[in-house]
Amino acid sequence: MNAIEIAASVRAGEVSAREVVEGYLATIDAGNGELNALLLVGEQAARAAADEVDAAVAAGNDPGPLAGVPVVLKDNLCQRGVVTTCGSRILEGWRPPYTATVVDAVTRAGGIPLGKANLDEFAMGSSTENSAFGPTRNPHDSTRVPGGSSGGSAACVAAKFAPLALGSDTGGSIRQPAALCGVVGVKPTYGRVSRYGLVAFASSLDQIGPFGASVTDAALLLDVISGHDRRDSTSIPETLTPVSPTLENGVAKLRVGVIDELTNGGGVALEVRAAVLAAAAALEAAGATIESVSLPSTQFGLSAYYMIAPAEASSNLARYDGVRYGLRVEGENLAAMNERTRDAGFGPEVKRRIMLGTYALSAGYYDAYYGRAQRVRTLITRDFNRVYEGCDVLLSPTSPTTAFKLGDRTADPMTMYQSDVCTIPTNLAGHPAMSVPWGTGADSMPVGVQILAPALAEATMFRVARVVEDAAP
Amino acid sequence: MSTKTQWMPVIGLEVHCELATNTKLFCSCANAFGAPPNTNICPVCLGLPGSLPVLNARAVEFSLRLAEALNFTVPDKSVFARKNYFYPDMPKDYQVTQFELPILQAGVIDVDGVTIGIERAHLEEDTGKSSHMGGGGRIHDAEYSLVDYNRAGVPLLEIVSRPDIRSAEQARGYVSELRAVLLAIGVSDVKMEEGSMRVDANISLRASEADEFGTKVEIKNMNSLRSLGRAIDHEIDRQAEALETGETIIQETRHWDENENRTSGMRSKEGSSDYRYFPEPDLVPVAPTAEQRAAVRDSLPELPARRRERLIEAWGITLPDARILVDVPGLADYAEAAVAALAGGAARDVVNLCTGDLLAYLNETGRTLAAIALDPAGLADLADLIGDGTLSRSLAQEVFAACVADGSSPRAVVAEKGLAQVSDTGELGTILDAVIAANADAVAQYHAGDDKERKKKRGFLMGEAMKASKGQGNPQLLNQLLDERLV
Ligand SMILES: [Zn+2]
Repeated sequence: MNAIEIAASVRAGEVSAREVVEGYLATIDAGNGELNALLLVGEQAARAAADEVDAAVAAGNDPGPLAGVPVVLKDNLCQRGVVTTCGSRILEGWRPPYTATVVDAVTRAGGIPLGKANLDEFAMGSSTENSAFGPTRNPHDSTRVPGGSSGGSAACVAAKFAPLALGSDTGGSIRQPAALCGVVGVKPTYGRVSRYGLVAFASSLDQIGPFGASVTDAALLLDVISGHDRRDSTSIPETLTPVSPTLENGVAKLRVGVIDELTNGGGVALEVRAAVLAAAAALEAAGATIESVSLPSTQFGLSAYYMIAPAEASSNLARYDGVRYGLRVEGENLAAMNERTRDAGFGPEVKRRIMLGTYALSAGYYDAYYGRAQRVRTLITRDFNRVYEGCDVLLSPTSPTTAFKLGDRTADPMTMYQSDVCTIPTNLAGHPAMSVPWGTGADSMPVGVQILAPALAEATMFRVARVVEDAAP
Repeated sequence: MSTKTQWMPVIGLEVHCELATNTKLFCSCANAFGAPPNTNICPVCLGLPGSLPVLNARAVEFSLRLAEALNFTVPDKSVFARKNYFYPDMPKDYQVTQFELPILQAGVIDVDGVTIGIERAHLEEDTGKSSHMGGGGRIHDAEYSLVDYNRAGVPLLEIVSRPDIRSAEQARGYVSELRAVLLAIGVSDVKMEEGSMRVDANISLRASEADEFGTKVEIKNMNSLRSLGRAIDHEIDRQAEALETGETIIQETRHWDENENRTSGMRSKEGSSDYRYFPEPDLVPVAPTAEQRAAVRDSLPELPARRRERLIEAWGITLPDARILVDVPGLADYAEAAVAALAGGAARDVVNLCTGDLLAYLNETGRTLAAIALDPAGLADLADLIGDGTLSRSLAQEVFAACVADGSSPRAVVAEKGLAQVSDTGELGTILDAVIAANADAVAQYHAGDDKERKKKRGFLMGEAMKASKGQGNPQLLNQLLDERLV
């Protein structure tokens, strides 16, 4: 059953939330040992939450649109009293004293938080191999990565550990693993979903979004978590248009642009390019108009991203100093304690990015690196806005390739960084984008097509996604 | 032979003032002094992973009030920035402050007729407070350290003057006027002693107005206006001496030691620190609207300079008295309320009581005006009793002490203690006659003595007469009657 069906059945009293939860717990029990998609399964809490939903139904109350639907949380989302690791040793033993706004929203809608999903340490990575607690494996082929950094969340939905999952996307961390695992993953407009309770990687780029096995399921979760939150100053105060009501409105007369640089770029696998073009053809057949568009500035996206994101991360991660919570390795004085703690607590990729970011912000280099990267960011946003004058949505690959083998790219960070070349520009612009599966490649691994839209145009984006989903092989 | 150079000081002041908002700058924790350690804290001001700051609108409003008071320019948009450095009393290991785009720019303040420029004022969060236990009480030799985060996130406004100040006295004048303004517009308690106002001074010397600025030295840790003046004077002397002997001044931060009466260099790691400022991505730019600014402008109270002028004109009091009234929190309001309640008494007597007995009482007891038993109407009553001759100044003091202790009315105290001043010339004459009869020696010495001796004996006789009247004799009348008897 998909999420929509579960919620409908639970609300109608046809199936109990408890039965639903037990079913998923059994699947997890059987499969998580191999996949390592979940770092923590909250069995007791999930059962208790399910019983509450059932009690509400029995009492004639409506538990909400997610009634009895299990939802996996990426382990950088805070849940009061539940160990939160961010895939890092440095947070050892830390239990947040508060709950993230999105998790509250899920619970209020009747959803059941089921467990915490594996991720690249502090969401830095594209394969979930940077987790301090071991890599997650791709449910379609356990010798391959699930993508990252929300690899655990994507793998959970693909492996049916849960119908829905939440992830976070800073440079593609929802869309790329969605593509590699063959599920739907959405990065909403920056500010559409509250970041309160999401452990920050790069604050100006981070955005929480849903994973689902279908476009409709992802829409359901997106509508539950969207909305203004006064605890997040960057949250959008305007009333938002929900995406679910117009899902089936079709694409007649919509103008779809295929991004030339990202679709025909050198690193894009032929089968991935073919998938994008086939999706475009399907949209044309459904009444949309298709054209090729150029976004020349997107070629600088990766470089700009690897200045801005590490710069913000270097500051966001400074607080893990051994003083207040998490890991502490003693030293002969304060500075030694700070250094030893951070040395022991952070993995190599996190250290690399902290150093990169510290350097980019240093006096004398700020203008050349961080300052220039911000100007590129403005340029990219302008480029997108120009193209959106003539297009309603854009298409591109999500990931240039299908899922790669574990260990294939760990030796060379630059190759790993290339995994996000198609997804990063949208984060820099703050726009929404999502990945929808489109068949498989020659290696039988899933391929994802990325649909991009202007700020707050998620409803249009989802209409397109529905048509692509239906037409997909 | 060399002539001694007349060095001219160039001084700039950085004033950190704690804003008297109810809550902290970025969270809803109480902004309160003196709570038990780590009780006014939450995920936001502890900088817990995943927490996010939300700007306190009141802190912005307070900044706008200062803008109106000191003619600051308010930019359309100001931006918070992160100042990155590791320190355990800073929960996030960065401080949220403003760097390139502060909320207020280019203000001015009049200090005793001289206009001092103010470069900028910016909002920032305070840090927590470390206590280093064991060893010398300093971080590097402590056994362990404790951190209280109650202060972390308390809103500060840092007000940076232009290097327009030329002497320690002017520096004190600047701070004292700034303090009066901040107090008048209700944005801060401005207590240097409690740390709700901190002042750092940048000082350099040059040989003439035409010269470039010399190398500046920053001095910290002055916890009163008095120590600010002393520290600046000391630093001017130290630099002058160094320059005379051909030494170069090092750009550094020096620490004022109140007990030793000197400044000493702090470990100079500061010189090389790089705070890696960048715009705070968790906050949006501050963009005050025209409506907000208009609302602040319309509700701005009378400013200290204007108020002093008005009181001097209305009551005929001195500038120092007017300063005291305006500088002590609530005192001018209290005095104005008392003057309004007078029934025949003089405003001058109200002012004397306020700047004398009342202020002394407040200083002794540490109470605030809001917490004392004597209300302005009571004080007006007292001034009326002085005005109509019922009480002498010294009797009034006694009545004041009784009233302020338990809130009883001055007239009740006078009646109860029988304190009314004796102005009956017959009664006073009888007292004087008895004193003269009992001190015939002194009277004789008075008549025989020189001016000095006469003054002394006259004073003695007056004292005896006052004693005999139990302090209630009207001093003017007694003087007059004594003179008549000594001719
Ligand atoms: Zn707080």
